[in-house]
Amino acid sequence: MASISNSMEAKEDDDNNKYSIIVPTYNERLNIALIVYLIFKHLQNVNFEIIVVDDGSPDGTQEIVKQLQQVYGEDRILLRPRAKKLGLGTAYIHGLKHATGNFVVIMDADLSHHPKYLPSFIKKQIETGASIVTGTRYVSGGGVHGWNLMRKLTSRGANVLAQTLLWPGVSDLTGSFRLYKKSVLEDVISSCVSKGYVFQMEMIVRASRKGYHIEEVPITFVDRVYGSSKLGGSEIVEYLKGLLYLLVTT
Amino acid sequence: MKHIVKIMALLVALSAIWISLLQTSVLPESYTWLLPLYSIVTLGCYGLLMVGVGLMRFPTCPQESLLLQEDIVEAKGFLKEKGVDVGSD
Ligand SMILES: Nc1nc2c(ncn2[C@@H]2O[C@H](COP(=O)(O)OP(=O)(O)O)[C@@H](O)[C@H]2O)c(=O)[nH]1
Ligand SMILES: [Mg+2]
Repeated sequence: MASISNSMEAKEDDDNNKYSIIVPTYNERLNIALIVYLIFKHLQNVNFEIIVVDDGSPDGTQEIVKQLQQVYGEDRILLRPRAKKLGLGTAYIHGLKHATGNFVVIMDADLSHHPKYLPSFIKKQIETGASIVTGTRYVSGGGVHGWNLMRKLTSRGANVLAQTLLWPGVSDLTGSFRLYKKSVLEDVISSCVSKGYVFQMEMIVRASRKGYHIEEVPITFVDRVYGSSKLGGSEIVEYLKGLLYLLVTT
Repeated sequence: MKHIVKIMALLVALSAIWISLLQTSVLPESYTWLLPLYSIVTLGCYGLLMVGVGLMRFPTCPQESLLLQEDIVEAKGFLKEKGVDVGSD
């Protein structure tokens, strides 16, 4: 008897779930249109909203978002811009403030994170009750396309180093395609201070230290086709500093 | 407990074992003296091996890039029809 009412409750809960998909953009005029189409295509029977946090892109990304609102509705696509480029970490916090769902998905706009994986994130969360579902490229079913040998080498080196030193319990630390319970994201994000790649790593390491239940789903990652990457510069040095920082603060 | 503390604790424990090995001389002394060196070399080799194996087995997905191209064509077709400007770029 109890099990029946439990499963019915679970069913009820699933139907009440709402997913807020936060997409930070900077000069993603074409990509944002493509990704919105693909999100709607792959999440047909799901209650969701897309929150675009655009940092005053000079290429007119916001114009396109407004056109998309005409097609899909202003209640489904929320434009929450900021005046100038203020960085990714704070873009998430900004988007989170406007999220009305009980779950939040964070994904890049550049199509490296394909919306076709969204159903598997949602399914995994419902099956396991996890607080965080994170996309991983380094298990079977996952993969990367478009990286040269150097890029692969640094990625592997960074991963081995972090795994040996931090014991994080997740296989892909720097990926940023993730689904969070909203309350969990609010909790974790408020204690994170890093920038760039380290930010993604800090989020998942802190969550893991706090004892949140984290699950992984395989994703494939195709390097961006349009536009250009905004992270760059002395990435390796930043990464090593970040690693050190996480060693002493988590 | 901060993570660095855990790692320190591990190192302290290992040194304690090493010192006791030195004192009890279960192993030949010259051998024991070199143990830390051996451990460091082993750790280094392990790291390089993991990077090497990871590199060799690096999962790639060339077919995904083709699928994405199809998705892009499909999306552009739909959006153009709805009056979204996907022409430039
Ligand atoms: N709002 C906002 N979005 C950003 C900023 N920097 C990067 N992004 C977005 O974050 C996502 C990932 O950035 P990207 O340049 O592709 O990083 P990479 O994939 O690591 O090379 C993309 O959707 C970018 O448009 C920023 O300062 N503000
Ligand atoms: Mg990218």
